[in-house]
Amino acid sequence: MFGYYVQLGLRSLRRNPVLTLLMVLVIAVGVAASMTSYAVFRVTSGDPIPEKSSQLFVAQIDNYGPDNSDGEPLWWLTWRDAMALVNAHKAKRQTPLYPIGVSIVPDDPNTMASPARGYAVQTDMFPMFNVPFLFGAPWSATDDTDSARVVVIGKSLNDRVFGGANSVGREIDLDGTNFRVVGVTAPWEARPRFFDLDSKGGFGDMGEIYMPFARAIADGLHPAGGNLCNRPFKPGWDNFVHSECIFISFWAELPDAASATAYRQFLNDYSAEQTRSGRFSWPPNVRLRNVMDWLDVRHVVPPEAKMGLLVSGAFLVICLINVIGLLLAKFMRRAPEIGIRRALGASRGAIYAQFLLEAASVGLAGGLLGVILTAAGTLCIGAVFDPAIANLVHMSLPLLGLTVLVALASTLVAAFYPTWRASKVQPAWQLKAS
Amino acid sequence: MPPFRPILAALRYHKAGAVLIALQVALTLAVVCNALFVIEQRLQRLSRDTGIAESELMVVNNTWVAPAAEVPSRQAADVAMLRALPGVADAYATNAFPLLGGSWQSGIRLDPMSKHFISDGASLYFVDDHALHTLGVKIASGRNFRPEEIGALAPNASADSPTIIVTRTLAQRAFPDGHALGKAIYIGNSDARPSTIIGIVDHVQTPETRSGEDIRWQDAIFVPLRITDNRAFFVIRAQPGRLPALLHSVPDALKALSSRRVIPQPHGVMPFTQVRDLAYRSDRGLAWMLAGICVTLLVVTAAGIVGLTSFWVGQRRRQIGIRRALGATRGDILVYFLTENGLISLAGALVGVVLAFVLNAWMMQAFEASRLSTLYVGCGVLILLLLGQLAVLSPARRASRVPPVEATRTI
Repeated sequence: MFGYYVQLGLRSLRRNPVLTLLMVLVIAVGVAASMTSYAVFRVTSGDPIPEKSSQLFVAQIDNYGPDNSDGEPLWWLTWRDAMALVNAHKAKRQTPLYPIGVSIVPDDPNTMASPARGYAVQTDMFPMFNVPFLFGAPWSATDDTDSARVVVIGKSLNDRVFGGANSVGREIDLDGTNFRVVGVTAPWEARPRFFDLDSKGGFGDMGEIYMPFARAIADGLHPAGGNLCNRPFKPGWDNFVHSECIFISFWAELPDAASATAYRQFLNDYSAEQTRSGRFSWPPNVRLRNVMDWLDVRHVVPPEAKMGLLVSGAFLVICLINVIGLLLAKFMRRAPEIGIRRALGASRGAIYAQFLLEAASVGLAGGLLGVILTAAGTLCIGAVFDPAIANLVHMSLPLLGLTVLVALASTLVAAFYPTWRASKVQPAWQLKAS
Repeated sequence: MPPFRPILAALRYHKAGAVLIALQVALTLAVVCNALFVIEQRLQRLSRDTGIAESELMVVNNTWVAPAAEVPSRQAADVAMLRALPGVADAYATNAFPLLGGSWQSGIRLDPMSKHFISDGASLYFVDDHALHTLGVKIASGRNFRPEEIGALAPNASADSPTIIVTRTLAQRAFPDGHALGKAIYIGNSDARPSTIIGIVDHVQTPETRSGEDIRWQDAIFVPLRITDNRAFFVIRAQPGRLPALLHSVPDALKALSSRRVIPQPHGVMPFTQVRDLAYRSDRGLAWMLAGICVTLLVVTAAGIVGLTSFWVGQRRRQIGIRRALGATRGDILVYFLTENGLISLAGALVGVVLAFVLNAWMMQAFEASRLSTLYVGCGVLILLLLGQLAVLSPARRASRVPPVEATRTI
């Protein structure tokens, strides 16, 4: 019976090719638009580190008071607050972090230096963020306290400077000073890049150079992300570092709810202590947010992604309403044929099966065309979004499967009403009329 | 006067199709109105005037590899070389330029202890006395900086300076009476020194490109301080017609002077037109995407109307034949279908207007969009009614050609 229905369906589709083609096109375009938008939304709203996102927390301490904030502490910390949290050692793992930019100076004096972007961190960062290593390992805790001249570099930088060889133990010239390479990271990704949302809205590379935090501060490496100074400060790097200027993120790994609660209490106590000592003149205003809460409060998903999803979703709905109308026209045009089939003994169920199958074949065709259009759509994302985001969106097997599935499912939903109408055709009426 | 009552009576026999068309018109209207509105806003944003001689300007992103103490002399040498380079009209080193994407912003007050800010974040351009000439910005009143007024911005120092030049927007806001020249404002924190306004320029855009900064897009201040960071931008004005050649000769000349520097690839050396392209990339992209969706949506809706109306025409051939046999002209049949579609579309459009405002209300909340202007809704309604009439024209003409003899054929 199934084969017969397929045959009937195909014959019917061939009977008015324009109408069929129109339906296939409408489904394909609707599905492709929404799948492309969904793909962008997905990469911008995803969990960057699913295995640990509920255990990684960023701390915020309000050091400017109610005058300078609308209740929400600012995104960064001062050096002194970050160091106080580091020295308290209240978390399983912890790291202060700020973005840096350095110049890689080649041995050949006639070649121009090249830029490298990265982060000043402590050694805990690597296991905290699950950073994979190609060669070597993170620096030691002693390197952190001794502000050693060591670096971990990314694979891309290692390829550029050392031709991809194991560079552990070799020297690299950063801004005119030699640093010893202790490790080379394998390519890794966190999207969005939760630990630095300030550069390119949190999308883009993970950086290719990681330096001990204390070394970066000692060398006066300016924060490459941003800084904010709402209190008077004196000129010079040392004064800047010791001022109320904020530029550092502080991340803590807290494995369970109890430790997170305890840490929140610790932040509160720390802030209260600052109030007691006269530095703050307001009650403690602190936050401890895990990765997903942090991405949410920082509005990481670009408005264009949300707007695209909304508009293309509405687009798909309109396409489906259209398909309902076209299927209705197509099915009802065959009322006489349905009448004859029913008169010859076909049950309502048989009519259902026949027409749903016909719709499914339209949906499948729409889905296949939709896959091609979605692939084309993903290539055009660069026109709307920053390359940092566009580079993340690819046609993938799951996206392909989803496209076909959505096309099929939505066509079947759309076909339900026309099919119901077709099954309601009165055999007697049709026989009489023809 | 078209025969409304029989049309409405007949509609009862194909409620489903009529509802589907009306629904489609309603949703299309809601989406198209809002999309057009967003498009218009984005286009307005990206056509804002920077106030500078864009077509003759280029920028170089330069980082010196040198100890901090050597940076000022390297900067001076580079700038002197650039100014002497054939084809260069003028040049200067700075921290930022219009449309860069972000820079140093500072609160501006009339009194350093006050809680009231004239601007929450005016953008600061650290420049020398060549900047205005390079940018092609005219002093509207007052004067340019003198060479001896150019100081040095120590690393991590505050940004106040005894003399400054501001935009008219900022001057007006600080001193609504129109007498800003010679008055002082305070840049930065409570310890700021007074900065006296010695010049006012008509208009210069800030480096900020985020939409959240749009309310401050003209809050720019020129501060006569040389930056001492390792990183600086060279802004270079080409002599007429020499820009294409300079895009190559400038980086070569800089490298020849010293290769102990970084000029990143790509985007290290850009004509200003490229700066503009990059700054408004997502605005332009979104406008194109929405325009594409609008057009497709209208086509899809039209196709749906054509499809369903054709079906109705086919279904009603006999009735049409009877009407023709009873004396209806071809024109009557045509008017019948046009009116029918008009009524359905109008009903859809009414629902669509409500939906459009609901969608707008939600977007205002979610995307800080502004209130949808009724002009767009009106245009949207007109577009959709017209589209419906156009779409229905071909099936209606086919209907009008049904011969009266059809009435007798199948009975």
